[in-house]
Amino acid sequence: MNPTFRKWILLGVIIIAVIVPLVVTNKYYMNILIMSGIWSIVALSLNLILGYTGQVNLAHGAFFGIGAYASALMMLKLHMNFWLALPLASATAGFFGFLIGLPALRTRGSYFAIGTLCFNIIVTLIVDRFEGLTEGARGLMGIPGPGPIPLPWVGKIEFNTQLAQYYLILAFLLLTIFILRRIIQSLVGRSFRAIRGNEELAEAVGIQAMEVKLLSFTISCFFAGLGGVLYASYIGFLSPELTDYHVSFDALIYIMIGGVGTMVGPIIGTLLIVTLPETLHIAAEYRLLFYGLILIAMIIYLPRGIMGALKDLRGRKRKQEVLWKQS
Amino acid sequence: MEAILNIQELTRFFGGLAAVNNLSFEVHPEEILSLIGPNGAGKTTVFNLITGTLLPTRGKVLFQDHDITGTRPYETTALGVARTFQTTSLFYDETVLDNLIVAYRCRTRMGFFDALFQTSRCRDDERRSRQKAEEMLEFIGLSEQAKELALNIPQESQKRLAVGLALATEPKLLLLDEPMGGLTEEENIGMMVLIGKVRTRGISILLIEHKMKVVMNISDRIVVLNYGQKIAEGSPQDVSTNSAVIEAYLGT
Repeated sequence: MNPTFRKWILLGVIIIAVIVPLVVTNKYYMNILIMSGIWSIVALSLNLILGYTGQVNLAHGAFFGIGAYASALMMLKLHMNFWLALPLASATAGFFGFLIGLPALRTRGSYFAIGTLCFNIIVTLIVDRFEGLTEGARGLMGIPGPGPIPLPWVGKIEFNTQLAQYYLILAFLLLTIFILRRIIQSLVGRSFRAIRGNEELAEAVGIQAMEVKLLSFTISCFFAGLGGVLYASYIGFLSPELTDYHVSFDALIYIMIGGVGTMVGPIIGTLLIVTLPETLHIAAEYRLLFYGLILIAMIIYLPRGIMGALKDLRGRKRKQEVLWKQS
Repeated sequence: MEAILNIQELTRFFGGLAAVNNLSFEVHPEEILSLIGPNGAGKTTVFNLITGTLLPTRGKVLFQDHDITGTRPYETTALGVARTFQTTSLFYDETVLDNLIVAYRCRTRMGFFDALFQTSRCRDDERRSRQKAEEMLEFIGLSEQAKELALNIPQESQKRLAVGLALATEPKLLLLDEPMGGLTEEENIGMMVLIGKVRTRGISILLIEHKMKVVMNISDRIVVLNYGQKIAEGSPQDVSTNSAVIEAYLGT
């Protein structure tokens, strides 16, 4: 696909996303779309460290939770404004990512996966037991939503309707995509991919692997935290389960189905997995079964996810064309 | 003549075994020095000690009169020592062009915020990387295959690309670990021409190679290792008639 065609598709998708609420007026479906938007941000951020840098991070639930809890506590206990808590809480998640990355990123492959998984469990335990601060299993209630933004002349933008929430999440999703795209397409992103490809060779061509991995991990955790902040203020309630490793694995499933290491994959995966069971009215108890079946089928038939399979298809076509020309 | 690389009494033990034992030699500017010896003589270990992949038990590595003993591999590369690996190491799921672009990364300075705000440094670095990559494509003769995945090009091209990756880091000294392993007679000549071209750019070369015909042809000097120790050093003629070398290769 040439770049201009790609740009038109992108523009088309954005327009569709903007006019969707005109078609879908059902509150239930709008809720699903908003949740898909939040989880897309989380999946996209996981994809940066996992898909593009090749480090299987299983602590994403923890960083999502740190962002969510940090913003909730900032707003509830420090009476901070949402618009101030949002960057601060995301940065808190990024900072924790940096701290955990320092020791964890020294390990490679499955050791990193195990290390981060352990960290996730520790975070959930702390949130669960530190009742003085987090209210433990009772959860944090009454988390305020985003306050109105005053605008000169027009008045102000308020976020107390579901429609406004939808556009708020959509705006942050687009911002996330925009920033991650810029990073991935730059030389910085190329050095991420170099480490995914061959860490030893990356160091041999002068790339400081540890520094690069730490950068990728910190950015990734920042955006996981952002997802958490948006979730907390949209739902208004937090409990320790929202920090646990199920969240990590959900995000992992989304990007595996959409396509690891592709820009669009995580969003497609999230949309499919969040909306399909809901719209097909699969009962909650069968949902895990449904995930499991889809995952097994994907790993056997489309190991590189939906977007990966499309890429392979194009690659094969190109190769056939080359062979055709040669004969 | 002042040496570009100076190895002094380099020793590395693995457990009780001395993989490299009290080894000293020099590489002169614009010289092709070959490191030869039977399998397990410690040649690749010497490379790993120079680049900092391994730390020596004893001894020193001086590069342009600076002590680089134990500097991390990426630092060594930044200083101007590049290497290739025995098993052809490439970024296999990237195109040939993309391989070369990222190999120039250590000569660019842009960071996260440059990428985010598309600063002039960002654009400048991107442009220079692309320029460098195109130049390297031409130099290693892979312009035709620029858009192919490194995985899909023939073995000879992969070997050339590995040399190109090392060269894209703008080294003063190039360490080549068996660049001709698995190549045909005809392809050997192509690789020899390439190595000769590298030298004319003022780059010194330290070469590990098993193919004696190639080594005798291309080297200015040869250092022979056996069981981690230097058993001979000199011009190809000297080495090929040295009795210790003949013994090491043919046995008694």
